[in-house]
Order: sequence, then C-alpha cells, then structure tokens
Amino acid sequence: MTGGGAAWLVRRLIASVAIIFAVVTFVFILIHLAPGEPCTGQAGEPADPVVCHQLKEQFGLGESLPTQYWRYLVALAHGNLGYSFSHHRPVRDDLAETIPFTLQLAGAALLLDFLLGLGLGIYQSVRVNRLPDVVLGNVTLFIYSLPTFWLALLLLLVFGEKLGLFPVGGPNDPIFCPVVDSFYCVTDRLWHLILPAATLGLVGAAGTARFQRAAMLEVASQDYMRTARAKGVPERHVVLRHQLRNALLSFITRFGLALPFLLTGAVLIETIFAWPGMGRLAVDAIFARDYPVVTATALIASTVVVTGNLLADILLGIADPRLRVRASADVDAVSA
Amino acid sequence: MTPGTWLALLVALVLAREAVRLLRQRALKQERWRRFFRHRTTSWGLGILAFLVIIAIAAPLIAPFDPSAQPDIIHLKNRPPSWTFILGTDVFSRDVWSRVVYGARVSLGIGALGALVAVSLGTLIGAVAGYYRRWVDAVLMRGVDVGLALPRIFILLMAVALWDGLPFWILVLVIGLTSWFGTSRLVRAEVLSLRERDFVVAARALGADTPRVIFRHILPNAAAPIIVSAALGVGNVLLLEASLSFLGIGVAPPRPTWGNMIADGASSLYNAPWSTLFPGLAISLVVMSLNAVADGLRDALDPREEAA
Repeated sequence: MTGGGAAWLVRRLIASVAIIFAVVTFVFILIHLAPGEPCTGQAGEPADPVVCHQLKEQFGLGESLPTQYWRYLVALAHGNLGYSFSHHRPVRDDLAETIPFTLQLAGAALLLDFLLGLGLGIYQSVRVNRLPDVVLGNVTLFIYSLPTFWLALLLLLVFGEKLGLFPVGGPNDPIFCPVVDSFYCVTDRLWHLILPAATLGLVGAAGTARFQRAAMLEVASQDYMRTARAKGVPERHVVLRHQLRNALLSFITRFGLALPFLLTGAVLIETIFAWPGMGRLAVDAIFARDYPVVTATALIASTVVVTGNLLADILLGIADPRLRVRASADVDAVSA
Repeated sequence: MTPGTWLALLVALVLAREAVRLLRQRALKQERWRRFFRHRTTSWGLGILAFLVIIAIAAPLIAPFDPSAQPDIIHLKNRPPSWTFILGTDVFSRDVWSRVVYGARVSLGIGALGALVAVSLGTLIGAVAGYYRRWVDAVLMRGVDVGLALPRIFILLMAVALWDGLPFWILVLVIGLTSWFGTSRLVRAEVLSLRERDFVVAARALGADTPRVIFRHILPNAAAPIIVSAALGVGNVLLLEASLSFLGIGVAPPRPTWGNMIADGASSLYNAPWSTLFPGLAISLVVMSLNAVADGLRDALDPREEAA
C-alpha cells in the first residue's frame, strides 16, 4: 500500500476503536438502566438481602453510574474485563472457556457456507436460466428463508432422534470424552459438531449462492467479458480468469458480513444444541443480569463486526488495484 | 374443521389466486411490471402473501377453534393431524391450525409494523444525512456505523429480558428502532447522487423549501431501494420476533405467534413434531415469499434493465 493507504488504514483503525467504544458504552448504560439487580436472579425470586447487600458492596453497584462507568473503563484499559457475578470467577475465564467452542462452530459453518455457496453460485451462473439454475434457485431461496432455529429443530428431529445418526446436543461424549485428549475424542467432537454447523452453514450457503450467482451475472454483462470472448479466449478461461476473479471481489465484502452473522446466528443454535459457546454465555448472562459478562460479550461481538468490515476493506484494497487509487476517498462506497 | 371453515378456506384460496391474477393481468401492460412477473416465484410469493393476509384478517371464519382453548388436556394433547384437527394439537391440546391462523395476525402484524418503523426512520435519516451532507452526515453516519456494529439480538434480548412484561407495541417499536441502519445507508447513497441532478436544482431554484425538495422530488426517485428494503424488512422483523419468542421472551404466551408456537412445540418435538413443524413452515413461507417479491421488485425497479 502507498502512503495514502497507510493514512487510510490508521484512520480506519481509529474509527473502528471508536465504534467498539461506543457500543460498549451503549450496552453499559442500557444494562445499568434496566430495572432489577444481579441478585434479583432469574425469575425475580427474592434473594437473601444480606447476600444482596454484600454483592453490591463488593462490586460497587451502589455507586453512581458515571463512577461505575469510569471504573469499568479504567479496568478495561488494564485489560481487565471484570468479575462474573453468576460464575464467581473472572470474565476472562468465562470467555477463554466458551470462545473456542464458538470458533469451532463458526469455523465449520463458515467452511460449509463458502465451499457449498460459492460452488452452487458459480455453477448456477454458468447454467443461467436453464433447468439446474432454476431448480437450485428455488431451493436456495427456500433454505435462505428458513428460520435457523427451526431448521435446527428439524435436523435434530430427523437426524438426531428419528434416525439416531448424530448426537442431539452437547459438544462431546460426556462419559468417554469429558476433555478432548485423544484421537477418538477429536473425531467425537467433529461428530457432535456436524448438526449445529450444518444448520448454520446451510442457511449461510444458500445466501452465499444467491449472492455469488448475482455477482457472476453482474460481471457477465461487462464489456471486458465481450472483449475477451471476441479475442478468442477459450470459454473456460473467460469464466475462470475474467468472470470468476472479478466476481470474487464482491465476495470479499460478503465474507466480512458473514462473520458477525455466524456469531449472532449462533446464539440460538448454541442454545438448541447445548453447545457451550459464547452465544449461550451471553444469553445466560443477560437473564442472570451478569453485567460484566454481558458487556464483555457485546465488546467481543462488536469487535468481530468491525474487524470483519475492516478486513474486507483491506482485502479489497489488496485484491482490486482500482480501489488503491482512490483509497483515501469515501470508504463507504466500497462497503455500500 | 366444520364445512363452514372449509368453505371459508376455499374462498380465501380463490380470493388470493384471483388477486394475483388480476394484478398480473394489469402488470403485463407495462414493461417494468412485466419484468416483475418474469419469474414464476414472484407470482407464487404474492399469492402466498395474499392468502396469509386474508387468513389473518378473516381468522375467526377460518379457524375452527378458539386458539387458546384447551378442550381436553389429558386426552386431546399432542394428537396427530386428523379431520377434526387438520394440523394436530399441541401439548396443551390446543388446535395447531387455529393457532397458526390467529398467529398470522400477530406475526404478520409485528412484521409489517416493525418494518414500517424501521424503513420510515431509515429513509428519514438517510435522506437528511444525504441532503445536508457535511457535519450532519458525518454525525448521523457515524451513529449508523455504531448501530450496525451493535449485536442486535443481544440488544433486543437485553431490552426485552430486563424490562419484564413489555407491552406488545413497545416490542414492535424496539425491533423497529434496531433495524433501520442498513436502510439509511442505502437511502443516503441514493440521495447523495440525486441531490445534484438538474430537476432537484430546478425545484430549489423555483423556491421549493427543503422538506418539499426531499419528500416530493428526491425520495420518489429513490423509491426502489426503499421498497425493496421494506419487503426484506418485514421478513427480518418477523424472524427477529420469532427468535425472541422462541427464547421465551417475545410475545407473551396466551397470544399465539408463530415464534412462541415453535417454542411451545419444541418441548414435545419427538412426540408431536407437527406443533413445531407447521408454525415454522408458515414463517419460512412468508419470508420466502417476501424474498421472492423483493427479487421481482429489484428486477422491475432496476434502472439498468430499463435501458436494455
């Protein structure tokens, strides 16, 4: 990247940090303004007032909101995410335990999403408006429209319960593999991963296929495609080198947007499949009014969104020389 | 199901079919709307939407039972589909079909209202940002950046879980208030390019005040992305409501929505899959129809197709 590119990158980084900061502030205020206290518990059952008082003292919940906010920021600047009320341990430990599970789930889903989605989209665009394209177009439209949690229940019912092919929940075999420490346990983990990852991956793949088909057709109408064909470039090369390479540029944007979807989509999927990831941690923390955990998960989630966008823009800048020229110009034009 | 309800159902089907046929007939006269009906899925989508809207409006005629009645919780629970209960009964012996029909009211209502809030707000803010530019634009769009980075399902969960027993309309409002960011970006981009066009300059030169320029001259020309994002917005809001209800914190239980029906059914997924299957199918059909219609709209309103 040129000097302009470096300046652009620095500006984007500062903006990204500012966005994450704003999200954390918003979540912090929202959760502290909400009625109820951490010791109110889940169903609002009356808690022991002594315990309640101790808890408030210990975490300084009785103080004013600006004071608490300031203390939170100072702690955050020191890399301290706080202490979980409901799990009685540092939030960092909660995250360290759950994030690997979410990464495994999201990684597997992403793999399926992109491989299947790109393949289908490209195949459809080559056979555009012919039978395979029409059939696949209807299938992807339907799958793309399914509520993920409902698809999860269906897959669970058919493949988990009726056919008994896959385990119905949890990350591993609780008897033989409480921890993953052998080859058998690795395959066991993958085995447990299939249904939740398939749920997220299939819905994502349908979206990717629709997107990629449109991107390919968009490129197909460009002048340079006609030029390439007129020059006598073999059809195979026209599709692979001219059409696909250009269509993959818009796929980079899609990639940046897919990251957060997998994270938020995983909230329900993790709940249904009893997958001990960050989404479930967040949901449980909200119900338990575990403020530090909620703000920490919001921090991570917004970081993923912002990083996804930033990464997509950087990759686009590297992949598309046309953008490098106007790198310092309006960045929104790229992401819009 | 009584003969009366069968008849009402048949009438609803015929009405939906006729509505689409009439629309199609009129549309074929214009090039632009011919493009709208180019794919068969668009007609199907419109038909399904029309049918479900008719069902929602005429719910008392089409539902054979009271949606929250529990006729016999011992003997009639989790019954498979039969002539009396065409979609079976759920774990509380309630008729699934009647609940799907009444659920259409709530679910479609939330979808439409939430999308209305989201699209109006997104259009307004996008138009203001694009028209005034400079610091107004900068401030609003940085706000949108933050909004897009907010994990929306977390925010909704927090709002709904922490403020217990939110009234129905506040839920709709909150969903709408967290769903406008994307629309505002689209509208802003559109307004930015439109505001420099000659007809806008002419309108301003003729002395039209700013609201008039924005609402009468600019926005009608930016209708395409607004309409498409409205169609997609209804589906998105409906899915969000369903997700919240599925987690048990959306619309309160006695009132049926497709989301809380799935949540109720999930506990007896193995014994009575129909009580989960059908409400989910209803959601999928609506979202699919909306996506198909949005595809058609995109084809019809795409200015590039105009030239071709």
